[in-house]
Amino acid sequence: MTSAVPAPPANPTSSPDSTPSVETRSTPGKKAPKQYSERARAERRLGWLLAGPAFVVMLLVTLYPILQATYESLFQFRLTAPDERQFVGLGNYGVILTDSVWWRDLGTTLLITVITVAVELVLGFALALVMNKALKSVRGVLRTAILVPYGIITVVSAFAWFYAFDINSGYVNSWFDWLPGIDENLNWFAQTGTALFVIMASEIWKTTPFISLLLLAGLAQVPDELSEAAKVDGATWWEQMRKVIIPNMKAAIMVAVLFRALDAFRIFDNVFIMTNGAYGTEVLSLLAYRQSISRLEIGLGSAVSVLLFLCVLIISFVAIKLFKVDLAGTQGGKG
Amino acid sequence: MPTSRRTQNAVKNRRHAAVVAGVLAGTLLMSGCGPAASDNTLTWYINPDAGGQAAIAERCTAESDGRYSIETSLLPSDAASQREQLARRLAAGDSSLDIMSLDPPFVPELAGFLAPVPDDVAAATTENVVEGALAGATWRDELVAVPFWANTQILWYRESVAEAAGLDMSAPVTWDQIMDAAESQDKDLGVQGAQAESMTVWVNALVESAGGSIVTNPEAPADEIELDLVSDAGREAARIISTIGEEGLGGPGLATQNENASLDLFQSDAGSFMVNYPFVWPATVGAVDAGTLDEAVLDDIGWSIYPRVYDDESAAAPLGGIDLGVGAESDNPELAYEAVQCIVSVENQAEYFVTNGNPPSNTEAYEDPRIADSFPMAPVIRDSLQDAAPRPQTPFYNEVSTGIQQLWAPPSEVDPETTPEQSTDFITAVLRGERLL
Repeated sequence: MTSAVPAPPANPTSSPDSTPSVETRSTPGKKAPKQYSERARAERRLGWLLAGPAFVVMLLVTLYPILQATYESLFQFRLTAPDERQFVGLGNYGVILTDSVWWRDLGTTLLITVITVAVELVLGFALALVMNKALKSVRGVLRTAILVPYGIITVVSAFAWFYAFDINSGYVNSWFDWLPGIDENLNWFAQTGTALFVIMASEIWKTTPFISLLLLAGLAQVPDELSEAAKVDGATWWEQMRKVIIPNMKAAIMVAVLFRALDAFRIFDNVFIMTNGAYGTEVLSLLAYRQSISRLEIGLGSAVSVLLFLCVLIISFVAIKLFKVDLAGTQGGKG
Repeated sequence: MPTSRRTQNAVKNRRHAAVVAGVLAGTLLMSGCGPAASDNTLTWYINPDAGGQAAIAERCTAESDGRYSIETSLLPSDAASQREQLARRLAAGDSSLDIMSLDPPFVPELAGFLAPVPDDVAAATTENVVEGALAGATWRDELVAVPFWANTQILWYRESVAEAAGLDMSAPVTWDQIMDAAESQDKDLGVQGAQAESMTVWVNALVESAGGSIVTNPEAPADEIELDLVSDAGREAARIISTIGEEGLGGPGLATQNENASLDLFQSDAGSFMVNYPFVWPATVGAVDAGTLDEAVLDDIGWSIYPRVYDDESAAAPLGGIDLGVGAESDNPELAYEAVQCIVSVENQAEYFVTNGNPPSNTEAYEDPRIADSFPMAPVIRDSLQDAAPRPQTPFYNEVSTGIQQLWAPPSEVDPETTPEQSTDFITAVLRGERLL
């Protein structure tokens, strides 16, 4: 299949009149040469100068709080009793990791992550296909319509979903009472299962557009020649999809999954608005919020935040190393 | 020539840009860090209401003859979020916290960040103030905040339902009586079963009415605090809550029901009895005036003192309200206390009750003739306040309350045999730093 791939487009970063330089891109060999031409060196210097300020700001707003939280997590420290601050080493981590609440919340968070990402991937792919194939005349309207949920602030959409399902003000119970299990007395937010269903549905409704946009970008990169050639060879629609299109956009799919998984794992707004963690719907971000913001236990809360951060790191590591997600990859389906 | 003009233009543009940037930066700096409009401006952090506190601020500013001017700043809508914001600001030494509207249960926790109440102010603002409101503003036998208004729950009932059930409402009734009445008439009770602060309010009122207390030594350090839920009072409270939950007496929405949802239920055809704050009266009158509620509902509403747990022991109704604190870091604590004295004046308390439905903490304010017109149940409210019991006055109230909420909601899962013990163990472990909340 890959033999049919046309020559990759010219490296977009180099200007048309530049002399061919010895950049890493143009030498696909495993060991990149350390010697750069004068021009490449100047470009690299300029690159650092341009990216430098943003890099420094990034360090200030991310690295500093991370270090501060890690430091605070070693203390027993209540904001309203600053004089009683006491060094406890890894004690806070011990309390958290031996507490069933942490593991229950981790389970809830993982459940939400896995289900929402899986559903969003399928729905997002379908939407991307529709957007890709839509007639030119309706393409703009269609893309805007699909993007609307993503443009709504999460807190607003959470309230909208909450009031729709709420037993006092909601209309869902009366509109859908013909479905088994739904009647006017169903209190969606009183049990774990139904509450999580609404939370996940709201999350999926809101972020599927994001994943479909990423997938659309991947879809646009699959050269038409490939599917045309497959069609000429007599491949069905399903075969084209499975053997030509999806393998060629693997990188885009993996990037979409990774980004959404990290986002979904840090879910907060929907749960905070709809149930505030009641009845088994508490997630890890809310647990961290409860310790540091509600209880003002800065030490314990920081430790939860650090553990949450480690979880995010692990997800990224697994995705990048094990599934070989190429974050810089623009051309999918190399393998 | 064209090149030099282009350069000139570029220089001019750049200069323009620099001027614009300079002005912008200047504006930002001035707005962020500049001195306040004048030195005698006091900021009053208020909880959301129907505009009554802002009106009082204006009145007191006008009456001060320019000695001070009060600006209001709005806090979040629920009590827990109000506490979070105030605690963060106080701990960070925010000097803009001149006057704060404080929920009484959070007074002990924030007491260390408040400016001491001058003796003359304490003497002038505590006369004729109901017992519960005074207790709520006191920490370790010292007045640390000034009682402003005092809230309490009373029993609201539909006269038609009580009559049909044969209940004599002229005397205090018990929880068992209203539970039986609601069941016999196939109606729902308006109680707050949501996993929220209102659940602790309910549990505390039941335990106190049964002669117990949730916390026996509220002034102790975190790891020495003792709970007394494993007692007859705790078990009786659990029995009432679990019966209402298990038998569906609170309706299908019980597990997520807060004060507003209870009112909606009470106004509906399923309404029977409801424990709730006085705000329900202006809300119901307003709904009738707006045409969203049938006037017959309003005419059918009666009120009585909070239901008893035992028929021979008077009830300890929930106590809420707002106390006024002055920040220790305030630039003008004397001026702030002068303003506080104006805010809590008898006239202002009466006016606030009439316009916003928040009852005075000062019994003298109930003499105001306007109150009898707008709040025919004012005498019941005043009597209820005298017997009302505050929630545990401990700096660790948030832990105690959140712990109770997590184990006493939903009501259908409460078990009189196990819930009191489980919640005692859980809260004690949290306070000792052994468990997450």
